[in-house]
Amino acid sequence: MKSRTRLAALLTLLSLFGDSHAVADSIIVQSTTSTANSGLYDYLLPLFKKDTGITVNVVAVGTGQAIKNARNCDGDVLLVHAKSAEQKFVVDGYGVSRHDLMYNDFVFVGPPTDSARIAGGRSAIDALSKISTHKARFASRGDNSGTHKKEMALWKKSAIDPTSASGSWYLETGSGMGATLNAAVGSGAYTMTDRATWISFKNKQDYSIQVEGDSELFNQYGIIMVNPEKCGQVNQAAARQFVDWMLSAKGQDAIAAYRLNGQQLFFPNAN
Amino acid sequence: MPDASRPMPGAASLLPLEISSLRYDVGEDRLIDNISLTIDSSGISVIMGANGAGKSLLLRLIHGLLRPSGGDVRWNGSALNLATRQRQALVFQKPVLMRRSVAANIDFVLKSRDGQDRQRRDQLLQEAGLYRQRQQPARLLSGGEQQKLALARALATEPEVLLLDEPCASIDSASTLQIENLLRQTRERGVKIILVTHDIGQARRLADDVVFIHAGRLREYQPAATFFDSPKSDEAGAYLQGRIVI
Amino acid sequence: MQDFSNAFGLAASLIFSADADLIEIIALSLRVSVSAVVLAALIGFPLGALTAVAHFPGRQTLTVTLNALMGLPPVVVGLLVYMALSRAGPLGWMGLLYSPTAMIIAQTILVAPIIAALSRQVIEDIHKEYDEQFRSLCIPAHRVMTALIWDSRYSLLTVMLAGFGRAIAEVGAVIIVGGNIDHLTRVMTTAIALETSKGDLALALALGFVLLILALSVNAAVYSLRASARRLSYA
Repeated sequence: MKSRTRLAALLTLLSLFGDSHAVADSIIVQSTTSTANSGLYDYLLPLFKKDTGITVNVVAVGTGQAIKNARNCDGDVLLVHAKSAEQKFVVDGYGVSRHDLMYNDFVFVGPPTDSARIAGGRSAIDALSKISTHKARFASRGDNSGTHKKEMALWKKSAIDPTSASGSWYLETGSGMGATLNAAVGSGAYTMTDRATWISFKNKQDYSIQVEGDSELFNQYGIIMVNPEKCGQVNQAAARQFVDWMLSAKGQDAIAAYRLNGQQLFFPNAN
Repeated sequence: MPDASRPMPGAASLLPLEISSLRYDVGEDRLIDNISLTIDSSGISVIMGANGAGKSLLLRLIHGLLRPSGGDVRWNGSALNLATRQRQALVFQKPVLMRRSVAANIDFVLKSRDGQDRQRRDQLLQEAGLYRQRQQPARLLSGGEQQKLALARALATEPEVLLLDEPCASIDSASTLQIENLLRQTRERGVKIILVTHDIGQARRLADDVVFIHAGRLREYQPAATFFDSPKSDEAGAYLQGRIVI
Repeated sequence: MQDFSNAFGLAASLIFSADADLIEIIALSLRVSVSAVVLAALIGFPLGALTAVAHFPGRQTLTVTLNALMGLPPVVVGLLVYMALSRAGPLGWMGLLYSPTAMIIAQTILVAPIIAALSRQVIEDIHKEYDEQFRSLCIPAHRVMTALIWDSRYSLLTVMLAGFGRAIAEVGAVIIVGGNIDHLTRVMTTAIALETSKGDLALALALGFVLLILALSVNAAVYSLRASARRLSYA
């Protein structure tokens, strides 16, 4: 106990240099990157703060990382897009309950040369088969994120194991969506991305959407409050207020109202 | 002039200096060869000899900066230890001054002994003729000034024995004169001085007695007058005549 | 590449318009990295002096370890600090994760070995010069060390500069323990990483130029200080 107080004193001293974030009314949201990089939070959070006075600090990482951080109790709310992983998070006791929040969809983007001839198709499975037959380059997130999980599920449905070609035509970047898009654009590879990230992405060069509209490409976002029984330090009141607000008519309308380049990026579907 | 307000440090307490069968080897070479010597006189003892005779080595062994390969050094019966070493100070041929101001070089030593004492520092600098330069960076002083500062710093420790290794070897004659005067004043205060030099003129001006060594061996230890008038050893005679002795 | 020329113009307009967000990010970058370097110096200088001067069992091991730790990857440091400060970790009760304090801790750990190892070399040199004189004056070991540190202060400033360069440029540690939270823990490097991931390469590069200018100014300031010290023969 004594060494603990000494350590506390030392770290308090440190705090003189770098004051802590422990503002009474603030929460940490462990979030997927697409919602942050597309500017959605920049639009929503000031509205929320005006209503409640609560500051929301967003840590934007891949879905896999976000869930892991939340399992370490390093967040008050989880906002990601990998339904089965989210459900497991709740079943394991880390989340209070999971709610559908909003959706958009995934798309396949590629270069104008389109060596695998996928442009204009509507089937994701079909596109993946063509890419693998042509051994056309495909950039995968490879980072256990929501997008990566979806991509792997699609490969599985098409009965192809692309990882055996890892390093030849199948490129696992192990990075976020933005970095993977940069890698794809830089090396002439196809990739799969959520629409929000694609629309807000600024380094498209001559790339365009080539496959879209498949129901398989549906992308559901969920919101979960981290369980205070598992993580004692969760700011319960503020976290609950945030989740409730996002699911309320007001929050849902705000999500629908957000536009980038005139396009709606997220479609609210809380029930 | 002796300062009546300060206690006269009596050399008697550290003397006699007894050196017995002292040896110092580096590899196969015996650089100090079986020197036995007792110095019990006050005043200035000058250690003389040609270049490479082992004068500086002997001084370092006496001061305890080097560990002898054999034999030992005793100050008033006790071996070299912190207590006996703290009562001596050594001025090196090439002064090592700290990267600080002139005054701060003295302050550093005062602080490590009796505590900082501005009056004492200013007095030391005045005696060394460096008071005007006290705020200057020490390492920008001329060679002579640097050596005077090194001497003032040594005196700041209020040594009972002051050891000097060729202090005037590479400095101007005005500074040499001032340093020699400072040494005479220091002698008047009862401080025992052991001076290494190969400057025969300086030895004649300052020495009360002379230790002459050649090739690591003690050749003679005589009162200065006797040594300069009728040296016993051939090597000393040749050295005093300015001949090269091998 | 067009992004490249765009970046120059963008960097200039960012600087001259004194963009409020940019100023906030620069201020935090400086606060975090300067604090970390100062703390690392408080740890590294004594450690450097100790390994340069003192003789104790394990000194060689400590020296080699410090040298090896200079190459510590920032992500590894970030990960370790994350695991310690995470609410699930041993220090989670302090609530420091995702704060500037956490970033300072991570960068301090990253920089301290560099400062210790480099200052050991600097202090060793000056120790060789002072050693005989100090031994003659019977200066006790702790005063020797403080004197050596003080007398090599201008060279040690350059050592701190090396540490600062490492701190201000690293992204791996601060992005993990800081979380790159807007208006809270976003610094130059994490902002650059973010803009890169948004595909806004011109803005990312422009921020890179600003970072470069920042580093250049700090370096220039230290070198001019050192040059004037050298004129006084204090360095």
